[in-house]
Amino acid sequence: MLLRRLGEMVFVMAGISVLVFLIFFATPGADPAARIAGRNASPDVLAAVRHDFGFDQPLWVQYLLLMKRLFVTGDLTSFVNRGQKVIPSILQAVPVTLSLLIGAAVLWVAVSVAIGVTAALTRGTIVDRALMILGLVGVSMPVFWVGEVANLITQSRYHDSWFFSWVPALGYVPLTQDPVGWFKALVIPWVTLAILYIGLYGRVLRASLIEAYHEDFIRTARAKGLGEGRVLVRHALRTSLVTFVSLFGLDFGALVGGGTLLTEIVFGLQGVGFLTFNALQNLDLPVIMATVMYASFFVVASNAVVDLLYAALDPRVRLARA
Amino acid sequence: MPEAADEPLLRVEDLCVSFRSERGLLRAVDRLSFTVAPGEILAVVGESGSGKSLTSLAVMGLIDDPNAVLTGSIRYRGRELVGLPRRELRKVRGDEIAMIFQDPMSAMTPVYTIGWQIAEQVQAHSRLTRRQARARAVDLLGEMGMPNPAIQVDRYPHQLSGGMRQRAMIAMALSCNPSLLIADEPTTALDVTVQAQILRLVEQLRRDHGSSIVFITHDMGVVAEIADRVMVMYAGKVVERGPKPDLFATPGHPYTVGLLDSIPPMAGAKPRRLPAIPGAPPSPADRPDGCPFGPRCAHRHDSCRVDPPLYRRGRQDVSCTLVPEGADA
Ligand SMILES: Nc1ncnc2c1ncn2[C@@H]1O[C@H](COP(=O)(O)OP(=O)(O)OP(=O)(O)O)[C@@H](O)[C@H]1O
Ligand SMILES: [Mg+2]
Repeated sequence: MLLRRLGEMVFVMAGISVLVFLIFFATPGADPAARIAGRNASPDVLAAVRHDFGFDQPLWVQYLLLMKRLFVTGDLTSFVNRGQKVIPSILQAVPVTLSLLIGAAVLWVAVSVAIGVTAALTRGTIVDRALMILGLVGVSMPVFWVGEVANLITQSRYHDSWFFSWVPALGYVPLTQDPVGWFKALVIPWVTLAILYIGLYGRVLRASLIEAYHEDFIRTARAKGLGEGRVLVRHALRTSLVTFVSLFGLDFGALVGGGTLLTEIVFGLQGVGFLTFNALQNLDLPVIMATVMYASFFVVASNAVVDLLYAALDPRVRLARA
Repeated sequence: MPEAADEPLLRVEDLCVSFRSERGLLRAVDRLSFTVAPGEILAVVGESGSGKSLTSLAVMGLIDDPNAVLTGSIRYRGRELVGLPRRELRKVRGDEIAMIFQDPMSAMTPVYTIGWQIAEQVQAHSRLTRRQARARAVDLLGEMGMPNPAIQVDRYPHQLSGGMRQRAMIAMALSCNPSLLIADEPTTALDVTVQAQILRLVEQLRRDHGSSIVFITHDMGVVAEIADRVMVMYAGKVVERGPKPDLFATPGHPYTVGLLDSIPPMAGAKPRRLPAIPGAPPSPADRPDGCPFGPRCAHRHDSCRVDPPLYRRGRQDVSCTLVPEGADA
């Protein structure tokens, strides 16, 4: 079972790598040599660049070379910043992305559970409606816009007011160097990234809690003489968890893979998303390839984790498989 | 009247359950009164929609529809349950009054083992530890005739057969030795042999613990087997009630007669089709004026335009205008 999963993962990632390679190298008009050589390069220079980077070889050779240097020798270097090794620069970017993401995830899970539960328990009242409208607003506000507004307020407009004077300049501070600085630098990015998911998860949880409350087993739980708190946590919330957790796993995987791009750019955090963005702008194929492989690894891996969690949370799934 | 001689365990008076809707207040249970004596099995019968489940949920305080309006009085051991604060009600529920539901599959939380769910109820009403509660669950499952209870206790509801699930459900309901058990069609979803076993279990409960049982069903055959007294409901009302032998020997209401005719004979050639009462019961939204059974009744006449009260006939109460003329008025 685990082996089959692993095989699947390798297969999916290989497929993605071929696809990405074809998109950036074999699409007509996408001439990486021209990009690298610069706008006004002479034909001679162009030919030299082409030869240097191996663009004059057959496509499949290029592909295999790339894969070999990415996975086997690990010495793949950027096309644009020659000498910049791709793998170390990704490894450097990962802690930034993880710091951003984990903080935001803690925030969005805690707040969305609070919102979902409150709304479900006050269903139909003003409180419920207000929370759901708020959630909708959160879902529909673009991340980069929220980020820019936050920056405008805390970095320039009101930076000198007592309220925001603690906000440091944009950029990442490593946790190991300065934990307090790390926290200060990330609070606003966390909130910015979390807003969308708070809205989304709050609404989803409310819906599945309301559904759970219509189930017969809730009536049984009450008939047993359990308190409302226990009915909520052990029965309604516990059975709603399956949806919530699988959603979380998939979103988390996608975000680790580079989905935090917009937030990273707005706040100048040099994470994986930032790296991907720069590489895409420069058509820096080795970096694109590496980040895409990294991202697809996390997406595929989180899918696998979600499946396992699913089985752990729902005995019906677990036993059907055994 | 031996059954009403001393204080009943449960006394329901003028219970009304209505729902607010666009068409005004719809009355699903209409001025219902009945009593349950200690150690008695009361069968409640009636077609679908007659308000049987609502009545039992009302007794448990489990009607949670925000549009529901409940009036009347429900006294358990002389104590009024209507309007009781939630905390107080919770102590009664599951401990003094327990309930079994029709579909044990959906009535049990799918993510916990049956042992866990039984232990949860035990612990809600006692100071037993987790281990003791679990041991109690094993004992109970054994008492319910479940083979290998020590193994079954760790199974999930979906892993059991329908009959075993219902046993687990009953074990859970009995875990705190309730004085009153309400069983809402506990055998409807089961096949006939399992149904017979469950009925025996219910009788055993009454014998061993002296519990009272309200047994809801729409199967007159089941009523014939286990009931002491019978209450026949139609469109949210009592149309007839009385001790089982009397009611079966001399049914007073045409509806009761119709229900009794629909029991398949125990022996002899089975008729091709059982006679059924033509038509369907009215929904709370379009109940006729006068006798609610009127539109389906073969004996309908002018006086049926007024809803008949319950007339006393021997040990039975019948809500039909035929009774005063026909019987010992
Ligand atoms: N939440 C509700 N809102 C509106 N009407 C309801 C609600 N619950 C029940 N009713 C109505 O009350 C009536 C009685 O329902 P109840 O479930 O008590 O019937 P029942 O006798 O148990 O039937 P069955 O044999 O199908 O279980 C039905 O006509 C139903 O439509
Ligand atoms: Mg019912």
